[in-house]
Amino acid sequence: MSAVAKNEVRRGFYLDSVRLMQVAAVLKSDVPGVEEAALMIGTPANLAILAAAGLIAGGTDAGPNDLVIAVRARDEDAAVAALAAARAHLERRAARPAGSKHRPRSLDGALAELAGANLALISVPGAFAAAEARRALSRGLNVMVFSDNVSLADEVALKDEAAARGLLMMGPDCGTALVAGTPIGFANSIPLGPIGIVAASGTGLQEVSSLLARAGSGVSHGIGVGGRDLAREVGARMTFAAMAALERDPATAHIVLVSKPPDPGVARRVLDRAAGAAKPITVCFLGAETRASYGDRRVVATLSEAAESALGRPVAAVLPELRAANGRARICGAFVGGSLCAEAQTVLRDGGLAIGSNAPIPGAAATRSHAAGNVLIDFGADEYTVGRPHPMIDPAVRDGAVAALLGQTDVAVVLADIVLGFGAHPDPAGALSRIVAAGPSKRPLVIASVCGTEGDPQGYARQVATLTEAGIAVAPSNAAAARAALIALGKTG
Amino acid sequence: MQLIEEANREAVRRIAAAEPVLVDVRPAGEVIPALGDRVLLHAGPPIEWARMCGPMRGAIAGALVFEGWATDLEAAERLAASGGVAFAPNHHHGAVGPMTGITTRSMPVLVVENRAFGNRAFCTINEGLGKVMRFGGNDAEVLARLRWLRDELAPVLAAGLRAKGGLALNGVIARGLAMGDEMHQRNVACTSLTVRELAPALAQAAAAIDKLAAALAFIGANDQFFLNIAMAMGKAIMDPVCDIRGSSVVTAMARNGTDFGIRVSATGERWFVAPVEMPKGMYFPGFSEADANPDMGDSTIVETVGLGGFAMAAAPAVAGFVGAGSAADALDWTRAMYDITLVRSAAWTMPALDFAGVPTAIDIRKVVSTGIVPVINTGIAHKRPGIGQVGAGVVRAPLDCFKQALVAFAATVGVE
Amino acid sequence: MSDPTHDPLPPPASAVPLDRLLAGPVRVVNIGLEQFATDLAGNGAAVVHVEWTPPAAGDAKLAALLAKLGG
Repeated sequence: MSAVAKNEVRRGFYLDSVRLMQVAAVLKSDVPGVEEAALMIGTPANLAILAAAGLIAGGTDAGPNDLVIAVRARDEDAAVAALAAARAHLERRAARPAGSKHRPRSLDGALAELAGANLALISVPGAFAAAEARRALSRGLNVMVFSDNVSLADEVALKDEAAARGLLMMGPDCGTALVAGTPIGFANSIPLGPIGIVAASGTGLQEVSSLLARAGSGVSHGIGVGGRDLAREVGARMTFAAMAALERDPATAHIVLVSKPPDPGVARRVLDRAAGAAKPITVCFLGAETRASYGDRRVVATLSEAAESALGRPVAAVLPELRAANGRARICGAFVGGSLCAEAQTVLRDGGLAIGSNAPIPGAAATRSHAAGNVLIDFGADEYTVGRPHPMIDPAVRDGAVAALLGQTDVAVVLADIVLGFGAHPDPAGALSRIVAAGPSKRPLVIASVCGTEGDPQGYARQVATLTEAGIAVAPSNAAAARAALIALGKTG
Repeated sequence: MQLIEEANREAVRRIAAAEPVLVDVRPAGEVIPALGDRVLLHAGPPIEWARMCGPMRGAIAGALVFEGWATDLEAAERLAASGGVAFAPNHHHGAVGPMTGITTRSMPVLVVENRAFGNRAFCTINEGLGKVMRFGGNDAEVLARLRWLRDELAPVLAAGLRAKGGLALNGVIARGLAMGDEMHQRNVACTSLTVRELAPALAQAAAAIDKLAAALAFIGANDQFFLNIAMAMGKAIMDPVCDIRGSSVVTAMARNGTDFGIRVSATGERWFVAPVEMPKGMYFPGFSEADANPDMGDSTIVETVGLGGFAMAAAPAVAGFVGAGSAADALDWTRAMYDITLVRSAAWTMPALDFAGVPTAIDIRKVVSTGIVPVINTGIAHKRPGIGQVGAGVVRAPLDCFKQALVAFAATVGVE
Repeated sequence: MSDPTHDPLPPPASAVPLDRLLAGPVRVVNIGLEQFATDLAGNGAAVVHVEWTPPAAGDAKLAALLAKLGG
């Protein structure tokens, strides 16, 4: 072996020693045949190091203001190549684009990144969600907890903590919100407008806000409070806080309050509070049998009535005219939205039908089978989502149930909902349409509604067209779809 | 817990209130009462001779000869191994020391006073690069330099500092961060600022012009001169933060070449130790990772106050030690430390992060929760005594120290 | 009305933190599903996504301590 040592001196050249060591490291790793390489400013100490490493065997006249590039390689060619590579690296300017790969790993790390943060959106597993929410509240952030499986005790404690700090605590189990025009979670693209919504129901908020948007109006804020806020233990803590906030909010002219069936005692307190509201207010407790009106304080039964009440004019009034085939008498529904399922039950029940559901409203029977009777199943309920995505994200489970219903000879109408928006399946209408197209030629009527807007990623008009092309009747609202089903059976909607 | 949040607020308040001032240079034996005959202070948590690494043993042997407690290095090793000398960590006596951190009574120490709290902290003077005692060097050249530091440099510095009334350090650090220092691997700006600040007083106080010239030449030739000042400063800032009931803030991190140890405010003087890790970095020509000693030194006190690896964003050049080495990487190393600290310093900011403050006050809860451990910029010593520095790089604090500390900390607040 | 939750003379909007949120724009720290952060950013909101992992990498004993110690 006869290794070759070569060096080169650059006069009057200074570069930071760390940068120089980096270049040397690259020479050693990238240039074949290089045994040792160093780039050093020619101070006496550095020259001694170079000499000891056998890199300047022939000596050098470099001084403290000069750079020494020194290599030892297995042969002349490799040494020359290394010196050339060193020069090229020294000439190289930062080529790498700015932009950081850094991801914070904690709330506090994120707060260091985002000045003026005002909301924490938490969707970690339920066992950890309360701790994250508590931390966020203590940092002065409003909170939205998408996670479920948070204990009632934690929910109450978090909402009390939020109230003490004057913060919003949306959730747990809050999937949807609209804040100052920004959709958060599973929400739709909704223009700003005069109507503020407080919702203990995700798809309830989506349906009301989408109906308002499609009617040309809009929403100031849609505040989700979590599915259990009107349960007895929680006592509408956040509903009250959100109502008060919308009363103060200058952008809100009319308040809509939406909930799945609440605890009766809590419902009474909320209605008392609504009666004294500082702004016109519409309350929709899905499944409750109350309808009432005290001037501009109204209690309505369905989401579409809530939208109409807030807007002051009808929405989604035109129904598809359909007639069920002889011998078919049942209405069955397969829903991805829990509130949409509850709303449809309300319409059918109030239309005089005996109904069943896995998520029954007052007056409905509990059942999980489509085998007999008028049955509406909520495929977003817990029993269908363990270990799988919610059907809003992947509607396969629901669509499978529709496929089964298409073959049943006594079913007159299959009701289904298509929920659009951020986070939802990219083409839920296409998925349902393929199921229906593949079904038998003699099949029940399929009546669907699309919850969403033109601004959503899926596009309202495109989704409606897809359904229509597949022979699915599209109603202008979820309640209208249920009413059209009643009419198809010869009942008055 | 409310107790913890309040205690940590107090810890942060004390850190922010600190007013470190370099006030003097004194023989260690005059300011550290424990430094009697045949007593050596060392870096890191407590350790006995049998478990000490090569450089630590080498430095001890050199120091024993330097103090005249042994006639030669072999005799010194025999003396140390026979139990004829006493060892204690610098941290137990208000001091810190770089790498091996050996401190004995006649060595001059920099004295930093925290004027907000009245406490003082000490650190030996930086010997320069190459073969030096802090990296285990112990030959005649090393000992001769130590004598020069003791007999020539220290008196000049002491006279100048006293004439000036001390050098306030908060401002030096702030300016140094803006000039590309992170005060661990890179101290060129702060060293220069120190010379600029001290030169007039040194000139006025110097006994002879040639002694002044020699002193200035030594400081000016040593880019790392300020490191030891920064270390004494870190110790002076963190000592008043010790023993706050309920505080989960780290008050010291230190390594002895064998173990890495941390202390936490609420658990006082107790050390939580784990095997120290190997630095990852770049090596001087002729050396490689095979030559490297495990991580060593009390210099991690600068990370404990939010500098060093925590302030990498201020020193893009240092990012070269940590991998790909772009300036963006330097920012990311600092940003990661925000996940494990309580506050951003108001006084010490980094231009490249839009003048965000350095991440300050390490919370052991955050470390254990995220699994992110403090990043430390460090020099790398040769594993055999007497050779000295062979490279520089980055090392991580072992997570296990923080896990142990969390369990013990929880017990202090009644949580099991 | 006598409802104690109803304040007939609301304080100035800036006095309650949640009113400042409603005044907009939202600035979000997203902890969990990354899709939410992607959608928020797509809608023009300022958002930072946290790469969340279970506390103490799932060590049950340490996680239980951390839960009690808070922070």
